[in-house]
Amino acid sequence: MLEGEAVTKYFGGLAAVWNVDFHVDQGEIVGLIGPNGAGKTTLFNLISGALVPKSGTIRFKGQNITGLKPHRICRMGMGRTFQSVKVFPNMSVLENVLLGFLFGRSNSMSSAEAAREATAVLEFVGLSAVKATPAKDLTLANQKRVEVARALATKPELLLLDELMAGLNPTEVAQAMELVTRIREQGITVFMIEHVMKAIMSVCDRIMVLHHGEKIAEGTPQEIATSKTVVEVYLGE
Amino acid sequence: MSIARVDWKKVWAPGSLLIIILVLLATLSLYASTYTVILLTSILMYVVLTVSWVIFSAPTGYVSLAPAAFFGVGIYTSAILGKALPLPAVILAGGLASFCLALLVGALTLRLRGIYFAIFTFGLVELIKHLLLWYEIKFTGTRGRFVIVVDNDTIYHVMFAILVILLLTAYLIRRSKFGLALRSIGEYEDAAAHTGVNVDALKTVTFAISAVFIGAAGAIMATRWTYIDPYIAFNPLFSFMPVLMAIFGGMGQFSGPILGAAIFGYLEEVLLTKFPYYYMLIFGIILIVTILYLPEGLVGLVQKLWRRISGGKRAHAGG
Repeated sequence: MLEGEAVTKYFGGLAAVWNVDFHVDQGEIVGLIGPNGAGKTTLFNLISGALVPKSGTIRFKGQNITGLKPHRICRMGMGRTFQSVKVFPNMSVLENVLLGFLFGRSNSMSSAEAAREATAVLEFVGLSAVKATPAKDLTLANQKRVEVARALATKPELLLLDELMAGLNPTEVAQAMELVTRIREQGITVFMIEHVMKAIMSVCDRIMVLHHGEKIAEGTPQEIATSKTVVEVYLGE
Repeated sequence: MSIARVDWKKVWAPGSLLIIILVLLATLSLYASTYTVILLTSILMYVVLTVSWVIFSAPTGYVSLAPAAFFGVGIYTSAILGKALPLPAVILAGGLASFCLALLVGALTLRLRGIYFAIFTFGLVELIKHLLLWYEIKFTGTRGRFVIVVDNDTIYHVMFAILVILLLTAYLIRRSKFGLALRSIGEYEDAAAHTGVNVDALKTVTFAISAVFIGAAGAIMATRWTYIDPYIAFNPLFSFMPVLMAIFGGMGQFSGPILGAAIFGYLEEVLLTKFPYYYMLIFGIILIVTILYLPEGLVGLVQKLWRRISGGKRAHAGG
């Protein structure tokens, strides 16, 4: 579903992402881990169109999307959330989600239909009770759900989650993990950056490890947990 | 909230008030003095400039200082085409010329953010002004132009028509899904793009739509001034006034900028005639007080007072 070939991006002289190959298959949950500054978010930005790679190609559903604008990629069926939460703070929770329905893949939808669907998505992520609240008044955990709901509203086939669980307490992490599993059950493929090891090990089918912008390992959670290089650079003894 | 349905209960009171005001304004020239008609033309002009500015800049947070450029382009279009074309065509041409300029400028500069965008748009005013000065000195050997004269009632009615179409446009944009998207751009532009909003196209087109009305207003105002030159046409005050008036009225509500411009426009006239020497000083003081004590503008103040009064009533009933 998503393939990258020799994807490279420099910031000044620094190779933030260098020669990275990756693929995500239909229906998978793939994890992306690595130390801070490894280039994980940069890779997501390259995939979603926020940044343009210096070289390499990225294909989504067989089509070359390298260098396309973010809204085009979104309308092809890719949704994303942000590491630093970017809900629209002064818009209500419902409005945040409506935007996704009105401008994502189903952008010819009538507003009545969008309102109905938005209500259903808020139900799905468990935010029905606060739909009229301005997004800025929610807790971090709920703001992250709004972001997920907004991304789901664009009707994605692939969802990029950038540190969905960072900053959440153990209960909230468990809820977020459960949400990710339910998203997959909807038939949506998930590619997620995560630092919470417990979460990533139990949820993911496959894990990729980035270090200094290069891919150093890839495999099932068991393989990664026991890989010598990964333990050295990232997990620690 | 719902962007689909109009809440008639909420809309009928201000809506019918607006219609009464519009009918009064439309028939004004039948019973009012010439002076009133001229005064109201200026006030309507300020309302047009302010509401146009608000269409783009209020939701997106991109502070444009280009109104004077669009206004000036309208004025010059009118001066150049005034003799050749009938008045409605001249007005349309003024709007169209501003629209094209805004599309071009928008496509080039809307990737600039914050202060850089404001400075660039202001630079545009100066650039066009000096380009015209250079052209006039170099090629025509004269400065300025005469504009065909149109009677006061006609000027007033054209300005009124521009205002009505503008209000309708602004209202529809605000209520449409594009209004929601413009607000999302103002909050997190990249998140909006990743939610499927074509941010560049939406910004550019909205910027250009807002310029149409400013250009049209310039085209009709030119006929009142009869003589114009680049300094008159591209007066930077026409860039700052809409911003100040919108802040003064309050940008949170649709009515805020309209009230702000109307009151400010009237105030300008009164101060200019009664205190010509202190006019700018008093203006400045009012503005500072507004920013310090009324961050949500006049409309915000009215709402706050209203809540206090109605809240007081409720407390009485409860006690």
